[in-house]
Amino acid sequence: MAGAPVAPERFAAELRALGYDFFTGVPCSLISGLIAVLDSDPAYSYFAETREDAAIGLACGAYLAGKQPAVLMQNSGLGVCINALTSLTLLYKTPALLLITWRGYEGKDAPEHTIMGEVCGRLLETIGVPHRAPDPDSLLEDLRWATEYQRAEKLPAALLLRPGVTR
Amino acid sequence: MKQAEALNALQPLLDDAVVVHANGYIARSSFNVEDRPGNFYMIGSMGLASSIALGIATSRPDRRVVVYDGDGNLLMNLGSTAMIAHAKPANLIHVVFDNGVYASTGNQTAVSQSVALERVAGAAGYRSATRVTSPDALAAAFSAALGEPGPAFILAEVEVETGPFSGGRVTHTPEEIRDRVAGAIAG
Repeated sequence: MAGAPVAPERFAAELRALGYDFFTGVPCSLISGLIAVLDSDPAYSYFAETREDAAIGLACGAYLAGKQPAVLMQNSGLGVCINALTSLTLLYKTPALLLITWRGYEGKDAPEHTIMGEVCGRLLETIGVPHRAPDPDSLLEDLRWATEYQRAEKLPAALLLRPGVTR
Repeated sequence: MKQAEALNALQPLLDDAVVVHANGYIARSSFNVEDRPGNFYMIGSMGLASSIALGIATSRPDRRVVVYDGDGNLLMNLGSTAMIAHAKPANLIHVVFDNGVYASTGNQTAVSQSVALERVAGAAGYRSATRVTSPDALAAAFSAALGEPGPAFILAEVEVETGPFSGGRVTHTPEEIRDRVAGAIAG
């Protein structure tokens, strides 16, 4: 992977610079630093959700009220949100940036992550959510791509965050 | 009370509120009572009406936001009561029409028949939580909620209705619903 992990403070600042002003999600250890930054500064307005599909609902409401939402989750949570994505976000066409950590990447993780780690990219493709898996050096460019896609299509876009992209 | 009686009791009190509707007969019944631009009709994503409403209410604290929820919907996303109680949006009124069954799939049993959802909401930390059984009491509870900081929770007991559903389905496309409600929220 090209580059050193992107500092959480920089990641959060870039999200804000791209217009994201509503954050919610369920934590993953791979982005504990990023969530700590978002959660510690009220300017980011981070809502700690109870489930990933509820976070998708919350983000949809925020979008309807004029916000530009981002939803953070582990790829295990992607399984929880399939119906919320297919019958709400993709159906009504409401954008959201999905920041999904890629547990089980290359099979090197705890056993509960193995299957989702192998299929999460294909799962996103199957339901029609485009995604990229950035290197630290391409994170900014990929964030811009995801943001432009949402603005053009009014649909969600995802970044799959592998270990080492941030912290 | 019947579902339609409950909706008719609330209709004159809605003013310019944004009303997020749970999927199933609740959205369809309300659409047939009055199709307001501020109505968000959820047609899938069962359980998420209260989450969508919380996202609106926290983003626009200056707007009145109402949830027309169902008992089956809330049971599917009971964590939402914790989210709302924690966020404490003063502008949110959470109405649950509780008929004790999953009506649109054939009136199968829901556990709300023995679990008092207003007590769940009250214990979670809503600023008020009450149960009503008549249209007059529902209107009175809603009027009271309009006059004090929320979040307020009102459980309205409604009858199980048998026989075919008489009203039509929501005729707007999902994208039309999105644009209408976003426009109504923006004002």
